[in-house]
Amino acid sequence: MSLEKADIEKIAHLARLEIDPGDVPDYARNLSGILELVEQMNQVDTEGVQPMAHPLRMTQRMRADEVTESNQRDKFQQIAPQVEAGLYLVPKVIE
Amino acid sequence: MHNKTITELAAGLRAKEFSSVELTRYYLERISRYDEQLNSYVTVCTDHALQQAEAADRAIAAGDAVSLTGIPLAQKDIFCTDGVKTSCGSRMLDNFIAPYDAGVVERCNGAGMVMLGKTNMDEFAMGSSNETSYYGPVHNPWDLDAVPGGSSGGSAAAVAARLAPVATGTDTGGSIRQPASLCGITGLKPTYGRVSRYGMIAFASSLDQGGVMARSAEDASLLLNVMAGFDERDSTSAEQPVPDYGATLNNSVAGLKIGLPKEYFAEGLSADVARAIESAVDEYRKLGAEVKEISLPNTNLAVPTYYVIAPAECSSNLSRFDGVRFGYRCDNPVDLEDLYKRSRGEGFGAEVKRRIMIGTYALSAGYYDAYYLKAQQLRHLISEDFARAFEEVDVIMGPTSPTVAFNLGEKSSDPVSMYLSDIYTIAVNLAGLPGMSIPAGFVDQRPVGLQIIGNYFDEARLLNVAHRFQQVTDWHTHAPQQFKD
Repeated sequence: MSLEKADIEKIAHLARLEIDPGDVPDYARNLSGILELVEQMNQVDTEGVQPMAHPLRMTQRMRADEVTESNQRDKFQQIAPQVEAGLYLVPKVIE
Repeated sequence: MHNKTITELAAGLRAKEFSSVELTRYYLERISRYDEQLNSYVTVCTDHALQQAEAADRAIAAGDAVSLTGIPLAQKDIFCTDGVKTSCGSRMLDNFIAPYDAGVVERCNGAGMVMLGKTNMDEFAMGSSNETSYYGPVHNPWDLDAVPGGSSGGSAAAVAARLAPVATGTDTGGSIRQPASLCGITGLKPTYGRVSRYGMIAFASSLDQGGVMARSAEDASLLLNVMAGFDERDSTSAEQPVPDYGATLNNSVAGLKIGLPKEYFAEGLSADVARAIESAVDEYRKLGAEVKEISLPNTNLAVPTYYVIAPAECSSNLSRFDGVRFGYRCDNPVDLEDLYKRSRGEGFGAEVKRRIMIGTYALSAGYYDAYYLKAQQLRHLISEDFARAFEEVDVIMGPTSPTVAFNLGEKSSDPVSMYLSDIYTIAVNLAGLPGMSIPAGFVDQRPVGLQIIGNYFDEARLLNVAHRFQQVTDWHTHAPQQFKD
């Protein structure tokens, strides 16, 4: 699978990554190389093989529906890029 | 002092031969003398460490000390540390002062250990050479032109150069074992779920596992005793009892069944590394172990499978870095999408972006079955290879890495050749098994690592098998010339 410039731009958009236009050819070449490696997977017929999502085949633990976290908003907002009145600020979304 | 094991250091502290403050100052002084050449630390916590050391000395004086009270260690900069910068090797987190401690850090603090600092690493643990770090590459203490391996390259170099008696690491595809091998130290990646992932910045959640980097199996067992155990805040933490890993170190290995996978000695393995591994295996024969050839037929599919699963999970995990609540934010975003794209585009380095994009592609509509589902099916086959092998043998041995440390810059422009340097370590993560690397000789003055793979939750046996080797060989006691004194 060889990726073209337009593919890279589309994937970068889906991943919300700004890519310098000058770097797009490098990404196309490197990602195509990685996909070529990945395509070695097709050497093996996996028809009917159970997919393995988790190494220990565990089921997720459940816990009681109780509050376990305390409110630490002030502490967490100390490291935020921009806050005001306890709110995280982002550029205007609705005009 | 810097050649003492942590067992010896703990005994010295108890006997009041030196205090934890003196020991901590000694290591801080070595770091300031040597680390400019190595770049193994991102952050050195001088004041914080001395406070912890003072508290440790008070505990020792009061008779409240536990086994590692007052012993200094280095934490990989992937573990969140309350009030201390936790960068994960990334510009994205260059300004991130973690607001809480990771489970591993809590346990080390609770055991009275002293955190010297946070070690350098490949950005978000994505790399095999430490060259993807925002803070620049780490140099290998055995040869400053060589890479230390990655991603836990800072921890490996710091332990090898005696800039920390012991350190933590994490291993998603070989990130403890490969740098341990390349730097000539002892590294152990436990079974998936053995060590808490709480507060350990996630790369690929079904593969990530924290572990230990030490100068000997005995030292590794002491730190694993502190780190291992159930943590309810990690949804995949194993609820298994933790044995005393020191208690079985001296068990005999006579009759131990060792499997050598023929695929690990095939094309691609350096002939010199192969010879070192064969003579290490001969030591086990002398100790009475039985050695037989086994087969792990899907070995060559591990790297391709991993480079779907790990990027897929990474693309999901790293979506949290959006410039809104913490971490890097671009200047003057014009709208929300610009904020996301530029914060992520400027905050992440090239390798992280490559993996996010591969993962995004593999998970995108229409490709899921061809990539992610296929990879999970192969993951099943790879783990069955190991299950069959462990019906016949107790441990599996082979090289940790196909070559000794390569030079800085040698593979950094070709991601695929870099990925293939993890060919012997990646399958272990896919299966979730424990694995170790221990020093087993030198080629061209660069260390060779012997990999030992065990069955699930068989860390005690791995440490025992490694310790017996270290009692009859002295590879693990060699120190790099430049950092000897």
